[in-house]
Amino acid sequence: MRPSPTRRLRAVRRALLGVVGLAGFLAVWQTVPALGLIDPQYLPYVTDVLARLAEQLVDLAFWRRLGSTMTSWAIGLTVATVAAVGLGTVVGLVPFLRRATHTMVEFLRPIPSVALIPLAVLMFGIQRQAALVIIVYASFWQVFVQVIYGVADVDTVARDTALSFGLRRREQWTQLVLPTTLPYLMTGLRLAAAVALILAITAEMVIGNPGLGRMIELSRSAGDAVGLYALVVVTGLLGLAVNLVFRFVERRTLSWHQSVRGEQTP
Amino acid sequence: MTAYPGRIAATPRRRGVGSRIAAAGRHALGLPMLLLVVWALVATRATSRFFPDPVTIADAFVDTWVGPAFVEDVLPSLARLGLGAAASIVVGIAAGTVIGLTPWLRELLEPLLEFLRAVPPPVLIPVMMILLGITDTMKVVVIVSGAVWPILLNTIEGVRSTDSVMTETARSFRVTWWERLWFLVLPAASPRIMAGVRQALSVALILMVISEMFASSSGLGYRIAYFQRNYLIAEMWSGILLLGLVGVLLAVAFGLVERRVLRWYHGIREVHRA
Amino acid sequence: MPDRGTLLRVEQLRKVYEHPTGDVEAIGDLSFTMDAGELVCIVGPSGCGKTTLLKCLAGLLRPTSGVVEMHGAPVTGPSPAMAVVFQEYGRSLYPWLTVRGNVELPLRHKKLSRADRDTLVADALDAVGLAHAARSHPWQLSGGMQQRVAIARALAYQPEVLIMDEPFAAVDAQTRADLEDLVRELHARRRISVLFVTHDIDESVYLGQRVLVLSQSPTRVREDLAIDLPAERDQISTRALPRFTHLRTHVYGEIQRAKRGQNVAARPAP
Repeated sequence: MRPSPTRRLRAVRRALLGVVGLAGFLAVWQTVPALGLIDPQYLPYVTDVLARLAEQLVDLAFWRRLGSTMTSWAIGLTVATVAAVGLGTVVGLVPFLRRATHTMVEFLRPIPSVALIPLAVLMFGIQRQAALVIIVYASFWQVFVQVIYGVADVDTVARDTALSFGLRRREQWTQLVLPTTLPYLMTGLRLAAAVALILAITAEMVIGNPGLGRMIELSRSAGDAVGLYALVVVTGLLGLAVNLVFRFVERRTLSWHQSVRGEQTP
Repeated sequence: MTAYPGRIAATPRRRGVGSRIAAAGRHALGLPMLLLVVWALVATRATSRFFPDPVTIADAFVDTWVGPAFVEDVLPSLARLGLGAAASIVVGIAAGTVIGLTPWLRELLEPLLEFLRAVPPPVLIPVMMILLGITDTMKVVVIVSGAVWPILLNTIEGVRSTDSVMTETARSFRVTWWERLWFLVLPAASPRIMAGVRQALSVALILMVISEMFASSSGLGYRIAYFQRNYLIAEMWSGILLLGLVGVLLAVAFGLVERRVLRWYHGIREVHRA
Repeated sequence: MPDRGTLLRVEQLRKVYEHPTGDVEAIGDLSFTMDAGELVCIVGPSGCGKTTLLKCLAGLLRPTSGVVEMHGAPVTGPSPAMAVVFQEYGRSLYPWLTVRGNVELPLRHKKLSRADRDTLVADALDAVGLAHAARSHPWQLSGGMQQRVAIARALAYQPEVLIMDEPFAAVDAQTRADLEDLVRELHARRRISVLFVTHDIDESVYLGQRVLVLSQSPTRVREDLAIDLPAERDQISTRALPRFTHLRTHVYGEIQRAKRGQNVAARPAP
């Protein structure tokens, strides 16, 4: 379907306004230290920060740190997702377990993962494993809770369809459990991906295992404001990229899911 | 005048209170009890340095936190958390409402907000340390700068998706701007806003802990890090336990408020399900 | 009677929706007048722009050209002399307010004493038979009861004319009959003018003192029909009158012709 001219016009307007907004933000950032409202030592010029950012992008050491952070992120997210999908499916499918674990989950979930940092440091020192403990703990719950919702949703759908049609076991999985849970899983995955990134960087800041987070902390203690701000911008861009990618994936699965559903109902 | 038969749907009456509490208690406490017992057994059999048994932790908990430490460390932490969360809620809802109701402003700020939200909140701690120094203000500002985004973005989303018929109704009855805000726009957005507040509270708690671990000489986060550095394992565990309790209490308190504020919302869902 | 006189005058009303693919003329050239105290039904084939017309009358939409006048003064925005009852009661009542709160909301900005406001609300709820439900929430009520709340809200607002947009399209037949009688009763007892938009031919004939039959879009008034049925109407005996049958057959024929006439003119048969 081709978008109508006004729709396209509105999209152009939107994009333009958005660019203006970003430019305005950068301009304000540049003006504040220029006018001496805040000492450039504390809030450096945006031009300096962007210049530093450009320098970083051709620096191999920077990429190594970025790679280190993203490796922790990827390992943590994968471990958390696999564990959460496995446990979530089992707990979700067995009503007794669901009831029995409910309070445990309600108690464990709100514990801020960063509270475990000291424990992780005790156990693993300043290695990646320490960071992984925090990342896995935090992102596990996001997926776990969604998987349980999803499986519970299968329950109601199953009552209506599968039993009456007498689907076979394998068909039940492919026709029922998977399509119903997948959107929930994708939502959980999107949330978990964002949380995992936050904690990967936090862990590096607090624990001191190598990566962008540690670099941020080092810049701060060295009084290198320009470097610090440049790295903050990098983490923002990383977060943005993670959000966009996972939102895209989630939307794709959702539309796929709906089209499957649509075929089932004549 | 004819008498109209009008039934009012009532919330379904529940089973006997006593048996319900008993059943809920069995389910609620069964597994945690079991795990505690297992933990205690394992800890006494194989003494691991890092996993003291529950009794030791309980003792340490009482020794560490009951007394002056409560006033010196716990209360300041909670005060920062409370201030930061309250400020995030006020700023988030106020700014979100203005942005949500002003289409051009929303389009202007959308990409910028999308970026700012994506910045991992703890990264703001060093920035605020540079800008504001190591002060209480800095900690509160850190909490706000991280926790405000979920509330702000959810408010924008909620405010802009006010139902068109509801808006038209208000318009046709010449309901004033303020009344429209108070009786239509904000209540209509309240489910989204509350979802945002829920996220914001957990972010706020995380930021409270890290900002204290980073730059403080008091507070829960500082204490726990201190215990860890000095190998006071049981004390450290008691701190983790306390943080967990704060998190749970925060979640419970939020749940109570949410149920009150969104009573109509849950009511509708219940009626639809029945 | 003192309140006789032209209440609402619509002159050469035209509404064009601007579309990138070509403008759509929803209302062509529409004129009619309505006297104070009248109960007028507007009926037309589905998709003929009834809702657009109603929104123009209520000041919710700006017409492309033409005049809408209340008591000789042009309507430029929602007027305190009009109250609208929307079709979608579920979306026009606010679920977070109680029934009472919903009825009271439009009165808040009228400078009334607390006691006067309470009286108005109680009186309106009583008039629709919902005094007992004041403290409930709309979603606890059946569809018919919810629409009664919407009517009570409009009554408490004390308008001169009640504008109703297919208000009973979404309720079941029995409830619908009750609600129709309610409208007749309110009209008779409260001397309130009613402009009732519907796609249901029987409903329009049963309710109205006059029926305006609209054409297919771009809409015009095809016929302005006086309903000469006795003022005392009753769901069973009135609908059994030969005159009722005659009138409804006539309106039905008009609408069929409206559809067909339009079809032949706009789109040649495939």
